Amino acid sequence: MKKLILILLASLSLSLGASAPAAASEGGIAWDKFPVSKLNDMASLQNGAKLFVNYCVNCHSASFMRYNRLRDLGLSEAQIKANLLFTTEKVGDTMKAAIDPRQAKEWFGGNPPDLTVIARSRADIGKGTGADYLYTYLRSYYRDDTKATGWNNMAFPSVAMPHVLWELQGQRAAKYVEEPDPHHEGHTTHRFAGYEQLTPGKMTQVEFDDAVADLVAYMQWMGEPAQAQRFRLGVWVMIFLTVFIVIAWRLNAAFWKDVK
Amino acid sequence: MAEFKQVAANAPVGEKLLNWVDNRFPASKLYKEHMSEYYAPKNFNFWYVFGSLALLVLVIQIVTGIFLVMNYKPDANLAFASVEYIMRDVPWGWLIRYMHSTGASAFFIVVYMHMFRGMIYGSYRKPRELVWIFGCAIFLCLMAEAFMGYLLPWGQMSYWGAQVIVNLFAAVPFVGPDLALLIRGDFVVSDATLNRFFSFHVIAVPLVLLGLVAAHIIALHEVGSNNPDGVEIKAKKDARGIPLDGIPFHPYYTVHDIFAVSVFLLVFSAVIFFAPEFGGYFLEYNNFIPADPLKTPAHIAPVWYFTPYYSMLRATTTEMVHVLVGILGLGTVLTLVKGRIPGAAKVGVAIAAIVAAALLLTFEAKFWGVVVMGGAVVIMFFLPWLDRAEQKSIRYRPGWHKVMYGLFVLVFAVLGYLGVQPPSPVGERVSQVGTLFYFGFFLLMPWWSQIGTFKRAPDRVTFSAH
Repeated sequence: MKKLILILLASLSLSLGASAPAAASEGGIAWDKFPVSKLNDMASLQNGAKLFVNYCVNCHSASFMRYNRLRDLGLSEAQIKANLLFTTEKVGDTMKAAIDPRQAKEWFGGNPPDLTVIARSRADIGKGTGADYLYTYLRSYYRDDTKATGWNNMAFPSVAMPHVLWELQGQRAAKYVEEPDPHHEGHTTHRFAGYEQLTPGKMTQVEFDDAVADLVAYMQWMGEPAQAQRFRLGVWVMIFLTVFIVIAWRLNAAFWKDVK
Repeated sequence: MAEFKQVAANAPVGEKLLNWVDNRFPASKLYKEHMSEYYAPKNFNFWYVFGSLALLVLVIQIVTGIFLVMNYKPDANLAFASVEYIMRDVPWGWLIRYMHSTGASAFFIVVYMHMFRGMIYGSYRKPRELVWIFGCAIFLCLMAEAFMGYLLPWGQMSYWGAQVIVNLFAAVPFVGPDLALLIRGDFVVSDATLNRFFSFHVIAVPLVLLGLVAAHIIALHEVGSNNPDGVEIKAKKDARGIPLDGIPFHPYYTVHDIFAVSVFLLVFSAVIFFAPEFGGYFLEYNNFIPADPLKTPAHIAPVWYFTPYYSMLRATTTEMVHVLVGILGLGTVLTLVKGRIPGAAKVGVAIAAIVAAALLLTFEAKFWGVVVMGGAVVIMFFLPWLDRAEQKSIRYRPGWHKVMYGLFVLVFAVLGYLGVQPPSPVGERVSQVGTLFYFGFFLLMPWWSQIGTFKRAPDRVTFSAH
């Protein structure tokens, strides 16, 4: 029996070990780490909500997200009504996009996707969370005249969406350096070597990164508004069950102590 | 009719009431037979908690399922939104939904452990063949239940997973396309498919499942439980006819199981509250995108508990079919040369082998992949007759048998891992070897299970007081 368990453990560790390096090499750039502390910062989440309704809801819906759920972020209904309701009248409504779907199709070749659970859907095993992706994506725009919108994106090449936050970030171009191609002798290949600021934005790079982090924090929160409650309750459930385990363990021992 | 029992006129009300019921329904009798006077071997170990846990998870799934159905809409236009409605607007809906989604994975974990326990201690062997067969049928139902339930959230993975699996039926020769059409109710997975899967998931399969679980337990309590020593405790009884090594299920194993349940719930709750997606394995990330019949995801993988079988399906390429024909030929030659069977039977074997080889080469590999995938589950039903080992329990079987069972688990885990990954040439080779090992393990068991030196099992179970 012990041998069997040993064999099982060995096989388990082998199969787990084999799974580690596999996911690393899936095209696209590596994702930056989203600063997760933003998720516990009410001011950041509120700022993210502001950015979201100002910049995103013009074209994207969040059709499962009710405006009045923003009360969970410490806002009152009056505040929501006065500052955040642009596309609807009632605070109990969901976030519907202002854009006409037919025009959207004409302008961008497709309807902008619903963003309610976008942060959950964009996670990728081995690459990072959905928040990591969004945080990288929204900060990876650059000018590209070969594209219909004039913009391109490092994290999502040939993306249909233009750089909506460009006023804040300013315009940037992608810089490339020529290098000898290691796989093709006598030829060169160009490697991405950072961005070059063409025009200044309203924000510095640091401020912009911070604003995007706020926006992504909001989108992550919106993907599962019950998450904070889930964590809080979970701690109590763990404490209860730990105590219960001890009681159940002693109860079991009490019954079995006379069994010879 | 049983005799009408009387209680004393001055008996307590409770006793009178119980007597009234017992005269009309075998309440006390059932309680005694299945709880207080069901004698289970006293040497159960860790592996014996998973049956009760499976029952617990079944109850969790049914109860949470009832509440989910109150708010879920089986309609292609509303399904995805109704799941998000449950997650956001229904009070405690998120908890119910996570319990159900985590419960699906937990079900397979405990059932795989439960089945493995049966395998290593020979719990399927005489007289427990029917217990095992009912169990295998439960496993089959569980797979159907999980597969159809997975379509209901109507996300991309729900949709395309169902599309891929239903299309497999189209590979069946002659009737395939019509069969797939019958299952889908449409030419693609659509609203009609969602509705029938919903019906099967919440009514048909659970009914069958409950019936099978009842049969599984009734059969078990008829023959009595096996134990880690594989010793029949009913062989040694005391003067009252109670097995010497038996112990009443209640209270001894009920308190035992309460302890197991508490530990299980700790792990289960940790997943629900802190990692309900479980890194994309319990809830796949792609499934947070609504189903889109026009956009095929780059990589479609079933949920983790199906991936070992999915790997076997993918392993069955045309090349693999040729290998199978080769193995068939080799087996036939061996039977003809070494088999001690009459000449007429040998002719029959040769003809059958030629027909089988012809069929293997005639139909496309995809169909044989489906056969392999189905066969991997169906072969489990025959385990009681494949195992010819002298001893039931792994404890008294030769050391190399332990290696075989260890390898079996390893192969199953590797196949599962490869099933999650996108196809690759190396992965394909490894899963082909794994598939051959899986089937070899079962089909050659009548021979290999007899080889080696067995230890003698003790007369009584080995037990040390806690």
